[in-house]
Amino acid sequence: MATQSNLAHQDAPKPGRRDFLYIAAGAVGAVGVAGVTWPLINQLNPDASVLALASIEFDLSNIQEGESVTIKWRGLPVFVRHRTAAEIAEAKAVPMSELKDPATDEQRTKPGHEQWLIMIANCTHLGCIPVGQSGDYDGWACPCHGSQFDTAGRIRKGPAPTNLVLPPYEFVTDTLVQIG
Amino acid sequence: MIKTKSIIGALLVSILFAAAPAMAQEGHATPEIKKEPWSFAGPFGTYDRNQLQRGFQVFKEVCSSCHSARLMAFRNLSEPGGPEFTEGQVKALAAEYEITDPDAEGGKRPGIAADRWPSPFTNDQEARDANGGALPPDFSVLAKARGTTQPFPWWILNYFTAYSEGGPDYIHALLNGYVDPPPEGAEVPEGKHYNTYFPGHALGMAPPLSDGAITYEEGESGSVPLTVDQYSRDVASFMMWMAEPHLVSRKEAGFQVIAFLVLFAGLMYLVKRKLWSRVEH
Amino acid sequence: MAHESSYVPGNVVEKWIDDRLPIIRWSKEHLMDYPTPKNLNYWWTFGAILAFMLGVQIVTGVILAMHYTPHVSLAFDSVEHIRRDVNGGRIIQAVHATGASMFFAAVYIHMFRGLYFGSYKAPREILWILGVLLFVLMVTTAFMGYVLPWGQMSFWAATVITNILGAIPVLGTPILELLRGGFAVDNATLNRFFSLHYLLPFIIAAVVALHIWALHVPGNSNPIGVEVKSSRETVPFHPYYTMKDLFAIIVFCIPFAWFVFFAPDILGHPDNYIMANSQVTPAHIVPEWYFLPFYAILRAIDFNILFIDSRLGGVIFFAGAILVLFFVPWLDTSKVRSGTFRPVFKWFYWLFVANFVMLAYLGAAAADGTVLGLPVATFSKLCTAYYFFYFLIVLPLLGRFETPRPLPTSITESVLAKHKAPAAAQPAAASTSH
Repeated sequence: MATQSNLAHQDAPKPGRRDFLYIAAGAVGAVGVAGVTWPLINQLNPDASVLALASIEFDLSNIQEGESVTIKWRGLPVFVRHRTAAEIAEAKAVPMSELKDPATDEQRTKPGHEQWLIMIANCTHLGCIPVGQSGDYDGWACPCHGSQFDTAGRIRKGPAPTNLVLPPYEFVTDTLVQIG
Repeated sequence: MIKTKSIIGALLVSILFAAAPAMAQEGHATPEIKKEPWSFAGPFGTYDRNQLQRGFQVFKEVCSSCHSARLMAFRNLSEPGGPEFTEGQVKALAAEYEITDPDAEGGKRPGIAADRWPSPFTNDQEARDANGGALPPDFSVLAKARGTTQPFPWWILNYFTAYSEGGPDYIHALLNGYVDPPPEGAEVPEGKHYNTYFPGHALGMAPPLSDGAITYEEGESGSVPLTVDQYSRDVASFMMWMAEPHLVSRKEAGFQVIAFLVLFAGLMYLVKRKLWSRVEH
Repeated sequence: MAHESSYVPGNVVEKWIDDRLPIIRWSKEHLMDYPTPKNLNYWWTFGAILAFMLGVQIVTGVILAMHYTPHVSLAFDSVEHIRRDVNGGRIIQAVHATGASMFFAAVYIHMFRGLYFGSYKAPREILWILGVLLFVLMVTTAFMGYVLPWGQMSFWAATVITNILGAIPVLGTPILELLRGGFAVDNATLNRFFSLHYLLPFIIAAVVALHIWALHVPGNSNPIGVEVKSSRETVPFHPYYTMKDLFAIIVFCIPFAWFVFFAPDILGHPDNYIMANSQVTPAHIVPEWYFLPFYAILRAIDFNILFIDSRLGGVIFFAGAILVLFFVPWLDTSKVRSGTFRPVFKWFYWLFVANFVMLAYLGAAAADGTVLGLPVATFSKLCTAYYFFYFLIVLPLLGRFETPRPLPTSITESVLAKHKAPAAAQPAAASTSH
């Protein structure tokens, strides 16, 4: 570092101690920089008020058979469909070979709660919200680019590559579901 | 040498400067408010969880019927460093309250932990009408929106003791400051109440607490007296937590940061001395 | 200081860059090799501390702006949202708010250092003028920033301070409405203050670049005020002053951290935790401590001067108190630069410092109170008078009548003398020996 000729060198410092001192100071400085940087980045993460709504509870008891509601979860629309027996039967009857993204009806629902279909309502193509109970498969049809989904929300026709996405959820009781 | 002198001078200057805002409040007519021994005072202070739970009970059963606390969420009540109710308790508590929600059927729904504390009145005007024209202030940050003053030169010490409990001191004094009947010569308008510590002395709020009015929940009964003094300490502590919910973690971080800075400063001093030992300066 | 560049590109990439944009050469010359007098004391570290504080304020400010909402009905709650919900928000917000105070503490020390050691004298007049300009920009930025939390003090500070412009004859009211974007301080005012508060720090950074440029042309002044005579009297900026300044910055951070972590609200005012209300003025409105001396001058003029009413008079003295600083290089007639060698000047200087602190004290005192047995109004007038007396009478005349102590002929001579005399008496006093 400092080998300028204009310095009045009095004695050459012992290399061992000098180096240790500089390395120690540099290391502590690096810890300090890291310690300051992390909170400055972490503040970008979802804040406490957002996280508090990351998991919501939803009461299913008011939804009659054959009805759907759209609820909001983490800012996304979520379909909650109380399927009829006919819809369930129709979904179960589809052979796997006909599916672009094969999944059984059991995989699309929770055991013992097969009447409930809960899916994120954004089309897996480019994110539009499909219209319910329409199209050739009695499920959902996307108005934007013509994707069609069946009564288990599986892609049957059109440009969407995969089935409608299922959010993580579980049944707290028979009529109370916790999403997220 | 001039250096020593000027360093002392600069220190004095900075102390006086830093202290100047406190001087502004000198000359108030209200009597001096005593500093109380709060558990959360000073660099080492932390909240007393049981006290916050008791204070919450006072707030819930008495204060919250008139005062809002719009910035406090139910979930805060179970966060670390606060009253630390269990999440189950908070969920059950929130469900007791009706929340106005335009998306809900009928515009109302039961509360959840993420909701903020519902206000007792729909707007300020309704709150005024129900309280003889006086607006009960929101509690969210009230404990930091009030302060006390100390005479010269004692306030200078506040900067070294990190005194930040002026709000709770004032709230405690106010709740214990009612005088009925008012002292001779004091004129109190109809519907107002004489309070020693309220600026102007005519306070719209009737004495909200009385000895024995609240029976603390199981576990707390018997451990503290059921007096106005105790209630007011508990609720003032709770209000301080409500205004400054991250006080404990903030101070913990402070010790780490200052310890780090002292270590780093020491090392940098050695580095600097080592470097400069080669230069006559 | 003109000097040959010692930079030699180390490899082909550096050579390629150097031929097109000699930024490494420039950095080496100005940030590393820059010859700095070797006898600077710790008062000279405040320049680096200020640069550091500007960085702190910009970084924390950009972050706060990500979470803040500049709207009258949301601003107050959004600041509380930062304190309560944002990860680490309480600390970041406290760093920015207390940072303003620390910034001003450092800038006052920096300015008083310049005034004592005559750093403004030829050939450094432009350096000083840019510094005063920076101070004016800082005051403006801090004032607008203080409005953003939209508490009671924010609102009433905005009202009272913008009203200062209303004192301007004829044009006052139109200017006032133009500035506020309305007939009173309201949403439009808050929004534009937010915009300008975000903009001004970058202008400050640009003027800081000019300030440093103007410093690097003549080179640093130094405590004895005798110019550098040979390269033996300087050391390269890096590592000597980078490490010394870094040490000073870290020490400066200790009280800073004390306030941030243990008393984040002690430098503010409780009333600012009450949301702005245009119908109720707080019982005592007081500016932040760093504006108090100038606020006291504004308030001291409570009488009409000929055809000038007291309000306009106050504004003239208030503005004059800052404007006079621009002229200090020409007001001070002394040939001797450093106050160390001016025995009479020292008395006036320290009285000026005490007077400035007294003005701060008076600025915070209730207008109808008394301080040391004197009514605040009278005391403020006396202190205001001395403030101007110092600049307009003492500095111009003292240079003509004062006999300075003998100056050392060079930095080298002064350093040698210092090492001979006290070094034997107190060899361990390293901290006070440079």
